[in-house]
Amino acid sequence: MFGLDKKDAGLLLIVAILALAAPFILNPFPEGSAMAQFNAGYPDLMQRLVIFGIFAIGFNILFGLTGYLSFGHAAFLGVGSYAAIWMMKLLTMNVIPAIIVSVMIAGLFSLLVGWISLRRSGIYFSILTLAFAQMSYALAYSVLTPITGGETGLQPKYTDPRILDGALPDGQMPRANLFGLDMKDGFELVMGNWVFTFNAGYYIAAVVMLLSFYISIRIFRSPFGMMLRAVKSNQQRMNYTGLNTKPYTLAAFVISGMYAGLAGGLLVAMDTQVGAERMFWTASGEVVLMTILGGAGTLIGPVLGAGFIKYMENIVSKINKTVLEQWFAFMPDGIEDVMVALVYPFVGKGWHLTLGLLFMLVVIFLPGGLVEGGQRIGNLFRSKKAKDTSPDGSKTPAE
Amino acid sequence: MSFSKLTRRGLIKTGAAASAGLALPTYLRADGHTGFTNAPTGDTVTLGFNVPQSGPYADEGADELRAFELAVEHLNGGGDGGMLQTFSSKALDGTGILGKKVNFVTGDTQTKSDAARASAKSMIEKDGAVMISGGSSSGVAVAVQALCQEAGIIFMAGLTHANDTTGKDKRANGFRHFFNSYMSGAALAPVLANAYGKDRKAYHLTADYNWGYTTEEAVRSSTEAMGWETVNAVKTPLTQTDFSAYIAPVLQSGADVLVLNHYGGNMVNSLTNAVQFGLRDKEVNGKKFEIVVPLYSELMARGAGANIKGILGSQNWDWKLEDQLGSRYSGTNAFVQSFGTKFGFPPSQAAHTCYVQTLLYADAVTRAGSFNPCAVVEALAGFEFDGLGNGPTLYRADDHQCFKDVVVVKGKENPENSFDLVEIVEVTPAEQVTYAPDHPQFAGGSLGTCNPGA
Repeated sequence: MFGLDKKDAGLLLIVAILALAAPFILNPFPEGSAMAQFNAGYPDLMQRLVIFGIFAIGFNILFGLTGYLSFGHAAFLGVGSYAAIWMMKLLTMNVIPAIIVSVMIAGLFSLLVGWISLRRSGIYFSILTLAFAQMSYALAYSVLTPITGGETGLQPKYTDPRILDGALPDGQMPRANLFGLDMKDGFELVMGNWVFTFNAGYYIAAVVMLLSFYISIRIFRSPFGMMLRAVKSNQQRMNYTGLNTKPYTLAAFVISGMYAGLAGGLLVAMDTQVGAERMFWTASGEVVLMTILGGAGTLIGPVLGAGFIKYMENIVSKINKTVLEQWFAFMPDGIEDVMVALVYPFVGKGWHLTLGLLFMLVVIFLPGGLVEGGQRIGNLFRSKKAKDTSPDGSKTPAE
Repeated sequence: MSFSKLTRRGLIKTGAAASAGLALPTYLRADGHTGFTNAPTGDTVTLGFNVPQSGPYADEGADELRAFELAVEHLNGGGDGGMLQTFSSKALDGTGILGKKVNFVTGDTQTKSDAARASAKSMIEKDGAVMISGGSSSGVAVAVQALCQEAGIIFMAGLTHANDTTGKDKRANGFRHFFNSYMSGAALAPVLANAYGKDRKAYHLTADYNWGYTTEEAVRSSTEAMGWETVNAVKTPLTQTDFSAYIAPVLQSGADVLVLNHYGGNMVNSLTNAVQFGLRDKEVNGKKFEIVVPLYSELMARGAGANIKGILGSQNWDWKLEDQLGSRYSGTNAFVQSFGTKFGFPPSQAAHTCYVQTLLYADAVTRAGSFNPCAVVEALAGFEFDGLGNGPTLYRADDHQCFKDVVVVKGKENPENSFDLVEIVEVTPAEQVTYAPDHPQFAGGSLGTCNPGA
């Protein structure tokens, strides 16, 4: 199917089903129940899950295949976002030109950064990319305020030119759309106590994510992908055989930069606002975490990692003291207070602590990330020896 | 997408089975047959309080959250009622809003516009919040205000001081009670002229982001209008912690006043550096060297310690207002009383503005008789009220900015305790800080029309 072998096609199919049925899967608890707190099936979070999935898939093409650890990928996401919002302000609120231009601009920018940074490898490469990203952040935050809006960021305004769009009705705010289909359009499906939200923007993002995932599978399986893996396992030997690896690593760098730009463009398409913070170094670090947590070098790992971190950030961080008190209300007073005091540091604003602990556990006990965890559980159930080729493309996920 | 693969597959299966079983009573509904986003249906209404719980303004955020908690308690008839007693509008009676009990959800803005938008969106889409309030920085306020406009939700801004919030980035669904950079400049200028004379040379250090720019512009234009000269204005990076390199050139410049357009930790550090360099003991041009901090807060005064003594600045509100300046500022004591009883210390101005914003929203809904954002906008725009601690106040319809007296303060020489660091110098009446809606510092935006969403 689509030039994929049976296993990869199966994997793509699973991801497709998961993505398309996400409004059901992410909303397992009925409205109004105590567990509804853990529902994640609202448009904004679903969009973020797939968009950061794209970001991580792209990062994995660089890090997972070539082993080059970029600490500045958020810069490409940010550049893509700014490009997209300017297209919306100047050209049209249709998301297609915005997304295409964001990919192109991020590609050009990553060509420049990659061309310079890839002169070094290892930690020096990481530091160079980090420096570029922090430079971009500082530029966007203050120096380039007329172009980037500085701290306030950019939003579409009523007064923007938008030369391709007709005039808006008086007082209406411009909204991102796909040939007239508003990104916020959608409907809710009510089944008993369950409410499932279907959102146009999410499905557009999900389709783009599936395409990106498909392209990433093709790259992993191509001779080009093989060459990148060779760079990772022993670049020196490649050089001694007279082969120049730089074009390959640079191509991988630009491709992953374009993925980041695509994610940035989609972020703007779903939520028409750009702030400089999305280029901050913590954002670059986040995508590294996502990839490692899910399983670097595996196909589906980065998507899982991205989903995991975004879920923690949006759901666990919202559990505040009042919610905890409701949970433990059935306990006697003293014990309730103790329980609240015990759990509170790990939820709400303490979600970073929980994430850090989980990250440590994963790195120590499951070096292959969540994917390795899944494989181990799968093997338990199959109760036979693991086959040599796992469904995820590599036998031992890279660390 | 956070479950392990196995659970997900299991869930699909169960999900498919469940949907087959539930297929009969299924119906589809488009968003909002009710006419506006998140129309409250049951006997409760949900408000969203989006404040910085981490990052540089976490202290302000924590205090804002306390104020919101208190406001909700008072709206639901708990506690001593606080400002409900003194508020000039008597529509609120302590039975919630329009008879619906008030619930609230909280979120962390992290003082980043992206995180703040994500948090506000989850409040709107997941929790069904019908109003969002809070925020401790102008970038966040502008970002969330635009989001609320798009979604059809009312935004009641918390602590945001930059002109842009009700200037070039104003929105019909957004309202700001807090004062702004222009008002700081206009209120400070005459006091500065009195205290330091009309023939002064000022040197500005400005935090390098939007709020810094608008504050510098405001203070510059009002001080220059009364005869001061601006020698130089230097931008400092927001992340700077050591300002020595910026302070040293000040003395060589021939300036005799240093204006610190800094907020929070920035201001604490730059002021400390300036004092360490002995600027305040210097004499330049035959005059004593002075330092001015346009936006002040008790929290910053606490951070700066003894260095703040005698330094002039402006505030939106202070907890000692009614005690010192009489019943024009009624409501202040009622609020300080109930806040102090609940939390054990007096509230900050951030807490005050958030508390007042919540009451104003509830009152507007009650007077309008509907949660519909357009009805609320109509009830709030041009609304004149009193008894909320700032004296008679107008919510101007042209830009949804509150106009009220501005408090000029200075660091107290001999503070009695750690909550008494600021001394009220004088109160600049609202007329002196009022400006035309199309003033150049606010030009370039348009409110648009209210958006009920759906």
